[in-house]
Amino acid sequence: MKTLRQALVITRKDLRAELRTKETLNAAVSFSISVLLLFSFALDPTPDQTMEIGGGVLWMIFLFAGTLVFNRSFARELPNDCLDALIASPASSAAIFLGKCFAGFSMMLIVEVLSLPVFGLFFGGRIMDHPFHLIITLLLSTWSVTIMGTTFSALTVNLRLRELMLPVLVYPMLLPAMLAAFKLLTTLVGGQPIGDEDMQWLRVLFGFNLIFTSLALALADSILVN
Amino acid sequence: MRQKIIIALLALSSILLVRNLYVMFLQLSDELNQGAIWRIFYFHLPSAMTSFIGFYIGAGLSVMYLWKKDLKYDALAAVINEVSLVFALITLITGMIWARIAWGIWWAVGDHRLTSYLVCILLYAGYLMLRRSVQDPAQRASLSAVIAIFASLDIMIVWKSIEWWRGNHPGPVLSIRDGGGMAPGWEGLAYWNVLAIVLLAIPMVLIRHKQEQMQGEIDSVRRFAHEH
Repeated sequence: MKTLRQALVITRKDLRAELRTKETLNAAVSFSISVLLLFSFALDPTPDQTMEIGGGVLWMIFLFAGTLVFNRSFARELPNDCLDALIASPASSAAIFLGKCFAGFSMMLIVEVLSLPVFGLFFGGRIMDHPFHLIITLLLSTWSVTIMGTTFSALTVNLRLRELMLPVLVYPMLLPAMLAAFKLLTTLVGGQPIGDEDMQWLRVLFGFNLIFTSLALALADSILVN
Repeated sequence: MRQKIIIALLALSSILLVRNLYVMFLQLSDELNQGAIWRIFYFHLPSAMTSFIGFYIGAGLSVMYLWKKDLKYDALAAVINEVSLVFALITLITGMIWARIAWGIWWAVGDHRLTSYLVCILLYAGYLMLRRSVQDPAQRASLSAVIAIFASLDIMIVWKSIEWWRGNHPGPVLSIRDGGGMAPGWEGLAYWNVLAIVLLAIPMVLIRHKQEQMQGEIDSVRRFAHEH
């Protein structure tokens, strides 16, 4: 309970800082909208094609936008040695890590919620037919990106090539979660509910999140203090 | 002592390799459907096993580092992962050559074996890139230990999920390798070649380990020279 309370304090701090400056959100939202616009010209899909490729396109954009979010996640603490202060604070490493995860998770969700109507505008598709299934899918797959993004953001924060190393490490790691997200979103963009066939992909997402969340929390000390 | 072990292992490995090549090309006949190309399997499977064993030993050593905080585990994990990466590349390339001739395509999207190896290579290439960009030894060690542990777990999930990507029943191309089995007397040679390749990999690890130790000494001399 204490860890969770400490984590939420850090989340609140991050979100407050973000809402005052809006540096990450502005960048990520305008990035995803401009890439959606570019894709709409590059692919110029018919409604049928949208149902086939829409899920993949959408998740690729979320993933790229997520990279922007998580690049800043720990880098934001670098000026004035805030990161050292955070680590020296009474909050445990796991609490700091979890707090950062929640903050990044919320920012990614904001980007997704703002991009979805734009996707509907440019591509069509019937993604809103099953809102409950969409919410579950987005929450689970966004958490996969969050856990990997935050872990590697923390690992690479002190590196010279931080912005380059993050995607190089995170994208291959995320492959299983992305396969699941592609499948599920493709089903949803086609206006279908998530049936028995796709349940297995929800399980993949769930297992992936469970394994890597517990691993990251267990290794939080090594991830943060380097 | 180390020098002698290296030479002995290399000699043993080359004798085995020569013997295996002799059996492979002069004693075994061509496969009925695939012709001569099936022999690439004798290098594909041993490289795959060697790299796989290596990556998991590397992950084990990374756990040991995080536990004991002793840099010797980190150095060993790094060189083992590096050598395993070489064998993973060999696996990928031999697999692609085989696929080109047997399936007519270089790359099958969704073939879980090849794709998992590609992901594996990407992850460990990232691991080695990261090691190069960190100067401080302790920081480098804990960073790369975490990545090696994440990667070794990720690979298993990647493997299963790509297998599911094409539905539950594998396509006809895969059943050749899944169910076909091998003619009697052909399978034994594969294990002999696993032994030969593992015996080749160990000296590679030892040599790279020696180089890393020397590099560490050179670095500390350089730091010493800077300070005085």
